[in-house]
Amino acid sequence: MKIPENLRYTKDHEWILIEGKTGTIGITDYAQGELGDVVFIDIDPNLKEIKRGQSFGAIEAVKTVSDLYAPCNGKVLEINSALANSPEIVNSDPYGGGWMVKIEIKDLDELEDLLNSKAYSQMLGK
Amino acid sequence: MKKTAFYNIHEKLGAKIVEFAGYLMPIQYSSIIAEHKAVRNSVGVFDVSHMGEVFVSGEKALDFIQHITVNDASVLFPGGVQYSAMCYPDGGIVDDLLVYKLTDDKFMLVINASNIEKDFNWMKENNKFGVELKNFSDDYSLLAVQGPNSKAVIQKISDKNLELEYYHFMQTKVAGIDMIVSRTGYTGELGYELYFNGDEKNAENVWNKLFEAGKEYGILPVGLAARDSLRLEMGFCLYGNDIDQTTNPLEAGLGWITKLKKQNFIAKDALMKVKNDGLKRKLVPLITEEKAFPRKGYEITSAGKKVGTLTSGTVSPILDKAIALGYVETQFSAENTELNFLIRGKEIPAKVTKLPFVKK
Repeated sequence: MKIPENLRYTKDHEWILIEGKTGTIGITDYAQGELGDVVFIDIDPNLKEIKRGQSFGAIEAVKTVSDLYAPCNGKVLEINSALANSPEIVNSDPYGGGWMVKIEIKDLDELEDLLNSKAYSQMLGK
Repeated sequence: MKKTAFYNIHEKLGAKIVEFAGYLMPIQYSSIIAEHKAVRNSVGVFDVSHMGEVFVSGEKALDFIQHITVNDASVLFPGGVQYSAMCYPDGGIVDDLLVYKLTDDKFMLVINASNIEKDFNWMKENNKFGVELKNFSDDYSLLAVQGPNSKAVIQKISDKNLELEYYHFMQTKVAGIDMIVSRTGYTGELGYELYFNGDEKNAENVWNKLFEAGKEYGILPVGLAARDSLRLEMGFCLYGNDIDQTTNPLEAGLGWITKLKKQNFIAKDALMKVKNDGLKRKLVPLITEEKAFPRKGYEITSAGKKVGTLTSGTVSPILDKAIALGYVETQFSAENTELNFLIRGKEIPAKVTKLPFVKK
């Protein structure tokens, strides 16, 4: 299972890639494995803002549905439209093509609370 | 927690194992969608050894079965199988089951794993015919081999010619082991169910021989998750979801197995009354063109008002559309009625369709 070192993680198994003030968000390799076949990503196409710790959408897999939680506050810049037709990318490439939203991070200080790869790995007991 | 004779094989294959009805069962091996498609396009094997087998024997075995089930078992000849249900006196369903006629005075009843104890007690309570009831659920292994290539695979390792009509069975050797080979299944495909009394060694031998024989067809092991999506594409009821003690067979669309003309059986009076009064609700198939994943328990609405509840739902891997079963008030049950799934507070347009969802 991959847990890249350049990402930060939530306890709810989202990752965020931080590049300046831009954040890219997806779900972890562990999360996609637990969910199994992802069928679609339910994010409101008019989503403007995400709020730290709150659900910004849901991921529907064959077995179950899981909320997507925002790692921080931010303004939505882009939603990954490729997932509309190929949600299975979340399974095959969770840290790359399987990204879900890009945001402008409101306050970089908020990111301090997120887990680094080592802490996330420990949380999973790996 | 119980394990089937195939448990070690599932573990070796890296299956995801979950607790189901007191058994540790494989829910998926590789991908649910790939497993589902293997059954529709070629052949797949399910371990369903958790299902229960009760043997009924005695001079009055048929009378007993006529009394506790709603279908008419008197039409069966030895070698025949019948889909049926047991009901409580109020018409609620104890379980749905398969009735196998072995000889004139011996039958095998195949029941749901989650109901084995309840069903067996129910049978004993209602045994006023002096029949012998034996619960062989723990001794029997059951593999379902399903898909258009299932026959070719089993034929390679079977002693007899496998010419069998749908819902018929024969007793023969497969992989050198005595078994009941039945042309039944829960997928809507050509398929067979193999019942045999065997230890782990026998079970593993049968499994391995099947997979050797099926290699050229890309045979795959299939878990309970794909079993559910396959049965739902056909609209087959699942006990605990679509039918239970609070639903009667008429509203569940099982009127075709409910023979109200049959002489006295448990629930006959209640079901006659249901029929005469008219159904208050019906189990209907629903489909949507929207991106959605309907699930058990979600509300069905019309003009903002709740008119029913979903009992099963999935995204059909074959249609790539969301499909569901649910009970709705009878006035909303006609084909093409426009309704909604209420999903996370949003109304998703859906309409009543007809079964099966996937036409064969």
